[in-house]
Amino acid sequence: MSINKEQDFGTPASQSSKLVNLEIDGFKVTVPEGTSIMRAAASIGIDIPKLCATDSIEPFGSCRLCVVQIEGGRGMPASCTTPAAEGLKVVTQNQKLADVRRGVMELYISDHPLDCLTCSSNGDCELQDMAGAVGLREVRYNPVETHLHAVKDESNPYFSFDPSKCIVCSRCVRACEETQGTFALTIDGRGFDSKVSPGQNETFMDSECVSCGACVQACPTATLMEKSVIDHGQPEHGIITTCAYCGVGCSFRAEMKGEQVIRMVPNKDGKANHGHSCVKGRFAFGYATHKDRIAKPMIRASIKDAWQEVSWEEAINHAASELKRIQAKYGKDAIGGITSSRCTNEEAYLVQKLIRAGFGNNNVDTCARVCHSPTGYGLKQTFGESSGTQNFDSVMQADVIVVMGVNPTDGHPVFGSMMKKRLRQDAKLIVIDPRNIDLVKTPHVQADYHLKLRPGTNVAVVNALAHVIVTENLVDEDFVNARCDVVSFNKWRAFVSDVRHSPENTEAITGVPAADIRAAARLYGTVKNGAFHYGLGVTEHSQGSTTVIGIANLAMATGNLGRDGVGVNPLRGQNNVQGSCDMGSFPHELPGYRHVSDPETHALFESAWQAPLSTEPGLRIPNMFDAALDGTYMGMYIEGEDIAQSDPDITHVHAALRAMECVIVQDIFLNETAKFAHVFLPGASFLEKDGTFTNAERRISPVRKVMRPLAGYADWEVTQLLSNALGYPMNYSHPSEIMDEIARLTPSFNGVSYDKITELGSIQWPCNDETPEGTPIMHSNEFMRDNGKGLFMLTEYVATREKVTQKFPLILTTGRILSQYNVGAQTRRTENNAWHSEDILEIHPHDAEDRGVTSNDWVGIKSRVGETVLRALVTDRVQPGVVYTTFHFPESGANVITTDNSDWATNCPEYKVTAVQITKVLQPSEWQKEYQAFSELQLDLLEQGISNGS
Amino acid sequence: MSNKIETLIRMANDISDFFNAEPDKEIAAKGVINHITRSWDPRMRSDIIAYLHEDGSELSDLAKNAVSQLN
Repeated sequence: MSINKEQDFGTPASQSSKLVNLEIDGFKVTVPEGTSIMRAAASIGIDIPKLCATDSIEPFGSCRLCVVQIEGGRGMPASCTTPAAEGLKVVTQNQKLADVRRGVMELYISDHPLDCLTCSSNGDCELQDMAGAVGLREVRYNPVETHLHAVKDESNPYFSFDPSKCIVCSRCVRACEETQGTFALTIDGRGFDSKVSPGQNETFMDSECVSCGACVQACPTATLMEKSVIDHGQPEHGIITTCAYCGVGCSFRAEMKGEQVIRMVPNKDGKANHGHSCVKGRFAFGYATHKDRIAKPMIRASIKDAWQEVSWEEAINHAASELKRIQAKYGKDAIGGITSSRCTNEEAYLVQKLIRAGFGNNNVDTCARVCHSPTGYGLKQTFGESSGTQNFDSVMQADVIVVMGVNPTDGHPVFGSMMKKRLRQDAKLIVIDPRNIDLVKTPHVQADYHLKLRPGTNVAVVNALAHVIVTENLVDEDFVNARCDVVSFNKWRAFVSDVRHSPENTEAITGVPAADIRAAARLYGTVKNGAFHYGLGVTEHSQGSTTVIGIANLAMATGNLGRDGVGVNPLRGQNNVQGSCDMGSFPHELPGYRHVSDPETHALFESAWQAPLSTEPGLRIPNMFDAALDGTYMGMYIEGEDIAQSDPDITHVHAALRAMECVIVQDIFLNETAKFAHVFLPGASFLEKDGTFTNAERRISPVRKVMRPLAGYADWEVTQLLSNALGYPMNYSHPSEIMDEIARLTPSFNGVSYDKITELGSIQWPCNDETPEGTPIMHSNEFMRDNGKGLFMLTEYVATREKVTQKFPLILTTGRILSQYNVGAQTRRTENNAWHSEDILEIHPHDAEDRGVTSNDWVGIKSRVGETVLRALVTDRVQPGVVYTTFHFPESGANVITTDNSDWATNCPEYKVTAVQITKVLQPSEWQKEYQAFSELQLDLLEQGISNGS
Repeated sequence: MSNKIETLIRMANDISDFFNAEPDKEIAAKGVINHITRSWDPRMRSDIIAYLHEDGSELSDLAKNAVSQLN
């Protein structure tokens, strides 16, 4: 194995379809118009020396190393900024050019440390390479003044900035601007004084830097360098895999020394991320080897007992006998399980197969229940398929981007950067969100309309937008007539035309000025390409599914479907939310979103799995909790989820977990749920197993084992052991065999195989005989519904029952932040805590003043179901009447206060609307004190188990 | 009334609120029936049917109509 670094063509590829022919060093070459001479040369294997050019950013022409001569032309133009043109004859090497290049290098090296042997970049330094390439043998200059003693900035936990090694090529500055879109870096000073400066001569940590790593990636020297490389040296081999954080699903090259990850480098060929990354995927992988990892199976009779370390055989047999005992005592339907969006497709498939075929019921659910289940429902009803319609690249063709209830720069940062790139060009932006998310105003981007609605009024806003589109004749009649169910459209047209849906009449409900709604609707309804992107701010409401349906109605009515630049795009929270849903993790659907009662599907799976299958839907997660408290659901197998922290009304969840007789948790850490468990099966991180993840654009990407599983087994192997112990045989020898079975049984996956994924890099389903290389854009010719027509549905606004009152006058809404990830089990065990070490309550200055609250005060947050205490941040990011927090730290108890209100169709919790009161306090809440005591007890019980076992 | 029944009543009423937008109430009831049949565990269905037979007062009109037609 080797590192297998990608070729750097020096400048980005041209997208032109027109070709030009030229000659370089006597070789003929044909390239798209707009291609640089440097890239044209590289495409035929001629590497022109360069320093300030790299193909991830636009050419700059500053280093003068890439000069060439053109027959009939004057001087020596930079090949990076000179476009290839028809008939050019270019010379890249002759004595004159060599002299110039050597002279340039001599100047660079005269102000650069000559410590190559001990430099962290030794062997991976473009400056070193170029010195060799131009044949530099001596430096004649002896400068009076240099930068060799410039002070290092070590403030960032993951990379260092050593200005003594900086050649001021501006690659980092341009990467921060063009790739990331943060504009945190600049070149400060002029001439000799020029230097790279984060912010306004601040340290990296004090600046606006978001630690995405784009600057480190772009740096040609050791100036910006991963601390892991400084500590451990250069990696010796690399393996392409997929990030295990958000739903963007970035492709990375895990660069290794043996089984140690040295760094994660974003893969330039990754079709979701195109070589970009964020602070989580790029740097926050240390949790995989954190000391808190549990590597041995454990059991105990009661959650009051110490854990006992046991062999895999004993743990599996104990778990199986407990599940059988419970079924014998309480009935077949008294057990179930949860698949994980953090595990692979193959693992989710096996868990639901075990439950349906091994347990004999459909009590399987997944964490999408609490995030994007309304997407699955709403898009299946209207379009016929439970998925987003586009690929990420599609946004680069959008003329107006609607961002509703999603915060891409924090939650989906790499796609957020792509979106910002398009917005810096000329796309328009409509933000529909109660908060001032960063996209509303960020460098060189400003929302054209920010519809700052009251939380809980999404449907009223969507109906008002629809009212304008219909009543102002902005409907794409041709699209609707050709592609949609016209009867349903006419009914919908009449429904939204009613004056009660007008912006003027809904203004009192939504808080959004009618004129803004009208203007935004006109914008979306009149541009060529309108793209809708949404997230949990849409789904996590009592009318989450209704809003998804409303968005689908809008897209169909305006013809914004079926081509590049448009679509309905749910941004998925976790890495494999789409995949875990595709794999049949919902209690009513088998893989491929086919209902358990569908006779054909039922027969297919019964035959393939050789087991009787139930045709009745099973329990959803919240119903599992109710059934546990009711005494009819007493055992549970939970793979890779932390429901004791992530689910709403957590006191209720904890009571349900305590009521069960056997809770089996399979995880890499003793997470919050495991504190209520009786069997702990150690899981494997994404670095320790093979499989696939499917991202928000339906892209199935490879997950590859780069180190052996710490506890000996990958998660799919553990599920298989449990299944065999229960008497339902599974005999897979590799996850590829599981994928082969998925492909055999699932029409949209028929053409998927590990060989094809390796060949293509990744595949967007549907992938079958009609679309053997996958489907970037869905519904191009017809919708996936049985009759091929898109279905309009009526979306009446129904106010949430979670009302603000004098006692609870504020609305709490929750979300996540860039540096932390969901329940924080991974990121809290990394240096990402340097950015965010506790959950904070954002409160508007008016509300803060009314309550005598200032920033950093402890405040009590009380809802109808619970109370917790957080530190306050007074900010106008939130509007008056609304407060906001994240939920990354278990001790925060954000879900102590969220209620059990949920989406009517899917029971997705209404995390985004909780009526609360805020008061200044001096101590933690009672719940927090109890939680701390319980948590400490459980850690003691763990410690006792480990001590006894060793 | 148990928490479990309260939850089921709320769920049935919420589902009915969505389908109630349909002017033809028989079509609306079919929507509710179809949704509950396809997504509720059998024990939840039998519990809500039992509640309708015992009391049913907390169910909306559409929910009552739909639950009365559940199997």
